Amino acid sequence: MREKSAVPPILSITPSRALVDEKFQVLVENLPPGCPVTLHSLHHSEDKDDWEAYGHYVSDHRGVVSVTEDLSFGGTYTGKEPMGLLWSMRPVPGSREGLRLRKINVCTPMLVNISVHSGHEDFRDRTPLASALAERWYMAPGVKRIDINKQGVQGTLFIPPGPGPFPTLLDMWGGGVGLLEYRSALLASRGYVSFSLDYLRSEHLSADVEFKYFETAFNIIRNHPQVIPDRVGILGISLGSMVAFNLTAYSTIIKPRCIVCISSNHYHPPGTTLKAGFKILSKYVLLTVCHENLMIIQIILDLLVPVGRINCPMLLVNGCDDQNWPTVETAEEVSDALRHGSQTRGLGSTYGPRHPCFSVTVCFSVILLWGGHTKAHSDAQEDSWRKILSFLQLHLYHSPSVKAKL
Amino acid sequence: MDRKQCCVKLSVQPSRGLMDEKFIVLVQNALPGSQLTIRALHQCEDGHSWEAFGHYTADTTGTINVSEDPSIGGTYSGVEQMGLLWSFRPIPGSKSGLRMRKKNIQTPMEVTISVYQGHQTEGFADLVPFSGVAVERWYMAPGVRRIPVTEGGLNAALFLPSGPGPFPGLLDLWGGGGQLVEYRAALLASHGFASMAIDYLTAKITMETGKMVDNQYFETAYRVLQQHPQVCGSKIAMIGLSFGTSITLKMAVYSEVIKLSAAVCISGSHVQPVDGSVEEILRFFQKNGEKTRFSEKNEVIWRDLLLPIPTDPSLKVNVGRLQCPLLLVVGEDDQNWPSQESALDIKEMMARAGNSHLLTVLSYPNAGHLIEPPYTPHARSSTFKTVEIEEKVMCLWGGQTVEHSRAQEDAWKKMVVFLRENLYGGRKPTSFSHL
Repeated sequence: MREKSAVPPILSITPSRALVDEKFQVLVENLPPGCPVTLHSLHHSEDKDDWEAYGHYVSDHRGVVSVTEDLSFGGTYTGKEPMGLLWSMRPVPGSREGLRLRKINVCTPMLVNISVHSGHEDFRDRTPLASALAERWYMAPGVKRIDINKQGVQGTLFIPPGPGPFPTLLDMWGGGVGLLEYRSALLASRGYVSFSLDYLRSEHLSADVEFKYFETAFNIIRNHPQVIPDRVGILGISLGSMVAFNLTAYSTIIKPRCIVCISSNHYHPPGTTLKAGFKILSKYVLLTVCHENLMIIQIILDLLVPVGRINCPMLLVNGCDDQNWPTVETAEEVSDALRHGSQTRGLGSTYGPRHPCFSVTVCFSVILLWGGHTKAHSDAQEDSWRKILSFLQLHLYHSPSVKAKL
Repeated sequence: MDRKQCCVKLSVQPSRGLMDEKFIVLVQNALPGSQLTIRALHQCEDGHSWEAFGHYTADTTGTINVSEDPSIGGTYSGVEQMGLLWSFRPIPGSKSGLRMRKKNIQTPMEVTISVYQGHQTEGFADLVPFSGVAVERWYMAPGVRRIPVTEGGLNAALFLPSGPGPFPGLLDLWGGGGQLVEYRAALLASHGFASMAIDYLTAKITMETGKMVDNQYFETAYRVLQQHPQVCGSKIAMIGLSFGTSITLKMAVYSEVIKLSAAVCISGSHVQPVDGSVEEILRFFQKNGEKTRFSEKNEVIWRDLLLPIPTDPSLKVNVGRLQCPLLLVVGEDDQNWPSQESALDIKEMMARAGNSHLLTVLSYPNAGHLIEPPYTPHARSSTFKTVEIEEKVMCLWGGQTVEHSRAQEDAWKKMVVFLRENLYGGRKPTSFSHL
């Protein structure tokens, strides 16, 4: 224990409570000038794993280190990175393999402890000089979470505070995971009713029944008293994107106001169920572990969903180094199809720069490469999230109801 | 509902903040040039409802930014980023003499902020707003711990900042109403001070036997704080408001045990029988009871009880002997204590003694007695019960709302900087630019 008469440095996090997509400022004061220190963040996850990030800094002549302004000289991130202590987090040494940080209980915040230690190398051997706790929330105050189990449709509905009704999103995650609510919770915190639909766990007998499931879900949402019926969009990631394309193209009932497809692909054998379609593609996924993703395009060109039938604004978000699906090629094909088919309406694409692979996940007993270098990937996440919100605001909040024929 | 306005978007950032942090209230997607009312509503712990509202006009992009655009009517006017909080007043029909104070500081103050069509002034309960958001205002930052303290007969609560420490300590005293008032100590702990809120008028011994605590009570509190493993024993300050100032000055100058690194005295006086116990000091005030005045609304004015400032040195704390920095906070419209006159006399005494370099006075025109942490409403008067009198009276505190609110904001910022500089040492802190 340090000498009681010595007054320690002060570490402050502003704001100490924030939504997960909000920035914070980490500041250390009252250090000796020119003092080498390490800023360390630690999070104990719901799965009981420890995640950490750290950066090496040197205090200025005033004895101050500002993570927002100063350069990190090493650690899990380098350079001027205000949010580096969050996005560069990785499992602590000795953790089990194949972890991914995802919050399941969205009603409580993610707690991150940020501390400052003296020195750079072996900073862990010393007790911290000071520390502070940050709360990162997926749900803004007043957001309501409701379990839905209606007409066979299952999922979780998030409703923003206020009188409503609200523009709404049908939110669909990808393959290989349970029901993930956190994106919907965050969207509700940004003013959208958001329905995180559980579509992989339900038992479906045929492709038709499966299709009906989504149509029923869409109708339930559209008819909800807190939903503006002609302002419902679809947001999908990975497999969810596939579903989004499929529904929008073929359904006579589902008419989304706009769709956002993240890490999209539109390869879906017509007349097959999702699981079957995914199984077919999984075979090719195993082959792509050797980075030969060009193979997918050639093999299943005939399985294209005709995106030319899609009549609403689309936003495609892709990582250029996506090793799971050939998303760049997908986006290019979609653009092409639209150009040759009907008019393009509000189609935009966002790309991340090309870098070697980094993060992994456990899925179908195969470790899949999600692709994307940490820094570039997190920059892409930050940038694309902002653009997604802006796209949704434009098409779901701003634009007047479309009445005229196209 | 007017469909054209059906998607008015209201956001408050941050949606969860500390009580002394600013927020940005933004309306978007309104009809350009339309008239809107932004209203805040809060129901406090005792069940009373408070409201504040501003009248705005959306600009050509359909946007209103409360921190940049002027309110042209309501409970506040002009560009007032935090007007929706400091201009809170009880809703029409409420009983008189209310004062907003939070007792349970482990939960946030919840405020609903909504935007309505037109410039509304009443009947909000019957209107449907375009949009509404919930905002949380916290006294405790994440990681701050509350520890009840009862040793030595104390009725106190210690708030420890998050982290290993050790932290500079703070003894926090309120005034004649008694009870354990925790919110300021909790907020100061959120700024890095191990703060102990102390009840010295309704402690266990007083409630059971009727006897007031003696000077040792405060020395016990000091010792408990000093000996805590996470407190830096050589860096302890004291802060008092109203009667709490009397105790603070007495301890700062005369106690053999209490050695303060700094003292903050808000809305108080150094006038008291210097050898007196708490009981004797209270009796001294009572003796001058006939000097009580009443306003035209029959509110009690107690500021004259200690006037004129005596020349007899046995009736004033000898501030010339003070050895630590002292910050005095004065509301010039204080109707409860003669804090302005006292501050002037303190200044003179210290100038004569040669220690006036220790003194800083913050004096605010048109501010009243209750100078509290910022962004909570100003009470010009409220029902009040001191420990000596049986029935409640309507007490006039003084102050005009706008100037009083500005004074609270300014004084708080300066107080925290003062404590930081004297307890943490060295440089002027940079981390309060968000306040």
